Amino acid sequence: MKDIAIVAYQQSDGVSDAGAVNEVELIMPVLDRTFEQARLDSAQDVDFVCSGSCDYLQGAAFAFVAGVDALGAVPPIKESHVEMDAAWALYESILKIRMGHADSALIYGFGKSSPGELPIVLSQQLDPYYLAPQWVDSISLAAMQARLMLDQGLITERDMAEVVSRSRRNARSNPHAQLAGDVSPEDVLAQETYLSPLRKADCCPVSDGASAVVIATVEKAKEWGLPYAIISGIDHRIETHNLGMRDLTDSVSTRTAAEHAGMHDGKVDVAELYAPFSHQEIILTRALGLGEETSINPSGGVLAGNLMMASGLSRIGEVFNRIVSGEAQRGVAHTTSGPCLQHNLVTVLEKA
Amino acid sequence: MANLAAVVGVGQTKYTTKRQDVSIAGLVREAAVNALQDADLGWDDIDAVILGKAPDMFEGVIMPEVYLTDALGCNGKPMIRVHTAGSVGGSTAIVAASHVQSGTFRRVLTVSFEKQSESNAMWALSNPQPFSTHLNAGAGGYFAPIIREYIRRSNAPKDVGIKVAVKDRLHGARNPLAHLQKPDITMQEVEESFMLWDPIRFLEACPSSDGACAMVIANEELADKAAKQPAWIRGVAMRSEPTTFAGRDEVNPQAGRDCAADVYKQAGITDPRKDLDCAEVYVPFSWYEPMWLENLGFAPIGEGWKLTMEGATSLDEGGDIPWNCSGGVLSSNAIGASGMIRFAEAARQVRGDAGDHQVEGAKLALGHAYGGGAQFFAMWVVGSEKP
Repeated sequence: MKDIAIVAYQQSDGVSDAGAVNEVELIMPVLDRTFEQARLDSAQDVDFVCSGSCDYLQGAAFAFVAGVDALGAVPPIKESHVEMDAAWALYESILKIRMGHADSALIYGFGKSSPGELPIVLSQQLDPYYLAPQWVDSISLAAMQARLMLDQGLITERDMAEVVSRSRRNARSNPHAQLAGDVSPEDVLAQETYLSPLRKADCCPVSDGASAVVIATVEKAKEWGLPYAIISGIDHRIETHNLGMRDLTDSVSTRTAAEHAGMHDGKVDVAELYAPFSHQEIILTRALGLGEETSINPSGGVLAGNLMMASGLSRIGEVFNRIVSGEAQRGVAHTTSGPCLQHNLVTVLEKA
Repeated sequence: MANLAAVVGVGQTKYTTKRQDVSIAGLVREAAVNALQDADLGWDDIDAVILGKAPDMFEGVIMPEVYLTDALGCNGKPMIRVHTAGSVGGSTAIVAASHVQSGTFRRVLTVSFEKQSESNAMWALSNPQPFSTHLNAGAGGYFAPIIREYIRRSNAPKDVGIKVAVKDRLHGARNPLAHLQKPDITMQEVEESFMLWDPIRFLEACPSSDGACAMVIANEELADKAAKQPAWIRGVAMRSEPTTFAGRDEVNPQAGRDCAADVYKQAGITDPRKDLDCAEVYVPFSWYEPMWLENLGFAPIGEGWKLTMEGATSLDEGGDIPWNCSGGVLSSNAIGASGMIRFAEAARQVRGDAGDHQVEGAKLALGHAYGGGAQFFAMWVVGSEKP
């Protein structure tokens, strides 16, 4: 199988409300910077394009159709879309390259969550007959998960506050972060609870924005003369939708995906975990068996800004940045989908 | 070079206006179980599940793969959800095939569905989008002016669409799964049905259906040992272009022509009318048959309607290139599944497993899907012979 590499990654600044911009205006500036980084003129210069988005965020069917207008798809291009985080668009693109139908691909994700009430909107991804009619929002489900962990003595509220504190601190060096600063665990604990036991700081903010990545065969990356990081493994797994049948304090699918992606074949210097809630970062860190030698969420993670449908792709991009800058030799990026970490994707990146 | 892959199981539901006896999960599971039974396989034989459907607003369930995990036996496995508008059923089959053709998986299940009775597709297609032109017309209203332009350009007689509407319903009457069962339909009946979007009459439009379609796709080693004749995937292609741009030919979109040229090249097809034995092509409104006959290279520009009128595309008239023997989208339209039904019906033909709508001796067949403003295309060619 051909080795595949990432050669470019760009993300927009996370903002809580992008205002009167449409999908194209959200995506185009990010694509322009991505093309510049990859020294490409347009989407015509890659063999395949794949995106991730969700209609319900902007409240309109076919949100991705407008996205195509950002691509300059004249003449027509080879293009596809997943109604998932764009990290799965990257997965689809990798299959396309592996089967020999492409040597390069542009992947982008975008989300404009501000027009709606995101936690309520996400309640409509639950079982439509038994759960969705109750409008159980995503934060309430996460709060239930955190409560289980606290009650079983698996974490303390201080552990959660420390995750938040580190995220804010790390985010200071991330120019795209929405929330950054010096926040001590005590500061977090002093906040009142929002949906007990979660405080607002335990929950990721709602952000509008987009991110994009260019991947290519290593051969092509060398031909382009660009710095790159190799995707040495990628795997994803989904678990039952019945929350009562899962151990919500663990993430079995993350562990399985990491094993199949070969994460344990070497040292992990950096990990970017898609944990929209502080306690979920602890679940993921434990499921992946990460220890002291791994820097976790040096970008601040999604607690510092959560571009729905792009955050997973951004996690991969952030690890790419650490590797090409020489800060890390090898890293892991994680993406999640569904309530309480139901579906998880793990990508392993290595220095060329 | 892609690894070989083949369809080794096909399963569908009976298409109908309202499947109120099953949940969405029950509907997709029914198609999946039918495909597994057809392949003589069980859930444990499946390595990954690839799900497709049109906009989530058609049922009101966001990212339904999350909810359908259990129904599709996917716990602990990879699952992915494709959405490329109306072409999604075809795109989903292609993404599923890539799981095997890339050498990453040995055998996968792919499922697509629409349960239109859960919501209102016309509403979902027409709700106003901020900062965009409000199109309050549904799909028919969008395509009618394009059809009128085709008629103007080609000078086609007015009854071409009527002929297609009759032909596909007669085909559908041979297919027990088809939604519309109209074995006695006549040209007069179609002509007298009320005008929806001039020139599209009620009986020249597809129905709204509930339904699901599933396929099992396996690698060469497993396909060689398959329970029944496999349908070998001989080519796959997708193309997209923007909805509008200066100089866009909406009647004969470049993306469709490019997509066809790509898939024909992979399958070694130089003359589609001669080389293919039949085709399942996405024709939701009658006039799209002559338009796609030209777009896909079965007829010269301006002459697609002649094939239709000669009966070349009719199984009942003994045509040389039958189109939509299953009854096509005009007989069943479970939107998100419609593209995959085309792909699966093409596979059934070359497996010699198409029942009363079988084209005798079919060896090579085209499956086609399109979506959006006729801007997203997905196609595959399947054959009875291993390439």
